[in-house]
Amino acid sequence: MGRVKRTLAPYLLVLPGGLWLLMFFAVPMATMLSLSLQEGDIVNGYVFTGHWQTYIEAISDYETQLIRSLVYGVIATIILIVLAFPAAYWIAFYGGRRKSTYLFLLLLPFFVSFVLRTISWRLILTDDGFLLHPLKQAGLLPENFHILGTSAAVIGGLVYNFLPFMVLPIYVALERIDPRVVEAARDLYASPVTAFRKVILPLALPGVFAGVLMTFIPVSSDYVNSEVLGSSSTTMIGQVIQSQYLSSSNYPTASALSFTLMAVLLVGVFSYAKALGTEDVMKVAAR
Amino acid sequence: MTTTLERPATTPAKAPRKKFGGVQLMHVYTWLIILWLVLPIFVMILFGFNNPSGRYNQTWQGFTLKWYTQLFALDDLTSALILSLVIAIASSVISAALGTGIGYALGRYRFRGSGSLNLIMFATMSSPELVMGASLLTLFVSLGIGLGPMTITIAHVMFSISFVATVVRARVLTLDRSIEEAAADLGANGWTTFWKVTFPIIVPAVLSGFMLAFALSVDDFVVTNFTAGTSVTFPLWIWGATRVGLPPQVNVMGTLIFAAGILIAVVTNLRSRPKKTAD
Repeated sequence: MGRVKRTLAPYLLVLPGGLWLLMFFAVPMATMLSLSLQEGDIVNGYVFTGHWQTYIEAISDYETQLIRSLVYGVIATIILIVLAFPAAYWIAFYGGRRKSTYLFLLLLPFFVSFVLRTISWRLILTDDGFLLHPLKQAGLLPENFHILGTSAAVIGGLVYNFLPFMVLPIYVALERIDPRVVEAARDLYASPVTAFRKVILPLALPGVFAGVLMTFIPVSSDYVNSEVLGSSSTTMIGQVIQSQYLSSSNYPTASALSFTLMAVLLVGVFSYAKALGTEDVMKVAAR
Repeated sequence: MTTTLERPATTPAKAPRKKFGGVQLMHVYTWLIILWLVLPIFVMILFGFNNPSGRYNQTWQGFTLKWYTQLFALDDLTSALILSLVIAIASSVISAALGTGIGYALGRYRFRGSGSLNLIMFATMSSPELVMGASLLTLFVSLGIGLGPMTITIAHVMFSISFVATVVRARVLTLDRSIEEAAADLGANGWTTFWKVTFPIIVPAVLSGFMLAFALSVDDFVVTNFTAGTSVTFPLWIWGATRVGLPPQVNVMGTLIFAAGILIAVVTNLRSRPKKTAD
């Protein structure tokens, strides 16, 4: 009796949560895949016809936005790595007893709503706001200069909102490095640069990879930053999907676009993993 | 670097203070990053004290505390905040319960299907929120389920479970099983051992999972936007008001949520500090 109970225990524990994930994550994905291959409209209902041409039409209609999202995603991710690494490095190796305080300070934005933070940036960057207005008055910037509505504003907002997600994993990887390993390299007459390149960097790479995993996907599919800080020339695919679902109720097209986006992002992440030589993405991600 | 016989000072924490070098530069840099991260928060707090003449709270026009006294003057904003809190409590309680079950099972037992479970958890944590929200919308629409607080809660539980489970699993994995064996040796049955020994040890993890789920839920915009129908949560209200100009009450609420969040984080951190080292 006790044996049976023991072997059943994990299943009983997992069952409610597992069912929830199945019902509200896996089933919806399948529903969406099926809907992307259906024809019809919201009033008369949809019929499954296997109409895969929706994908071709959707992709060719919104190619610009799709590519722009990926470009923004790649640029923002690269900037994130460059910005995050020195800070993570300094905290991990020189933060001393205050390490957790510095990490806490880096996490402060998470105590403010994502939407509110982004709107706050709009307030800062607005043309006649307290940042640009005085600079223009002083003649430091031309009168018609503006940041809002440009790609720079959108990418800047994306980088701002996701920076902690890049700093933390890199920090965790660097923090694990045994200082004695670096010391050994130096004892063997490696220059500081060589020690960094040959010892620290390879050990930090899993952290960089985890950071990319945590930022590239949400950044590329974001639509809050481009909506709040951008203009019609910075429209990202997320905005298209959002309006196709919620304004036009064009479900098959929206579903096809969602699937395309997800497929492209997954291919991107996995090929990045391959290029890095990470055999097991899951293992890295699970850490 | 030429050969010097003295020991190269590479123990980073004890690097000698040279003149202004790379380390100091990185120190300054880290602070600049922190300042940059905090800047919009500062602006948000500041403009909660602003006294704008028109509808746009964009330029500084004088100090006032009136938005703090009129915090709940906008009924629809207040009810949006309440709805957000109710959904956050409901979804974090449910996901803490369900996530603890998964996390405990994954940390303690080896069982068939744990691989697929890990995979689906990983998928919920790394899929674009946009796609998860959109797919839930398609499910609810095709099942004819009306959108509202209930569907928002379902969605929030879905994306929170995996985070709770991950936190709890980490705790269970580090659990010293000999303590449980000791309890069993002293005659406690499995049930008693769990509630008297195991559960108290994993409670901090369950609580941090709960708080994580709460924070994820209160702040969620993307998934909520797809599953809300005509219901309006706090982030959705802000989103809707962006075009017509945000009232300063939003800044005040943001400020209070910020302060409360920091307070809770600091208190729980101080309370748990003696017991655990940084993980």
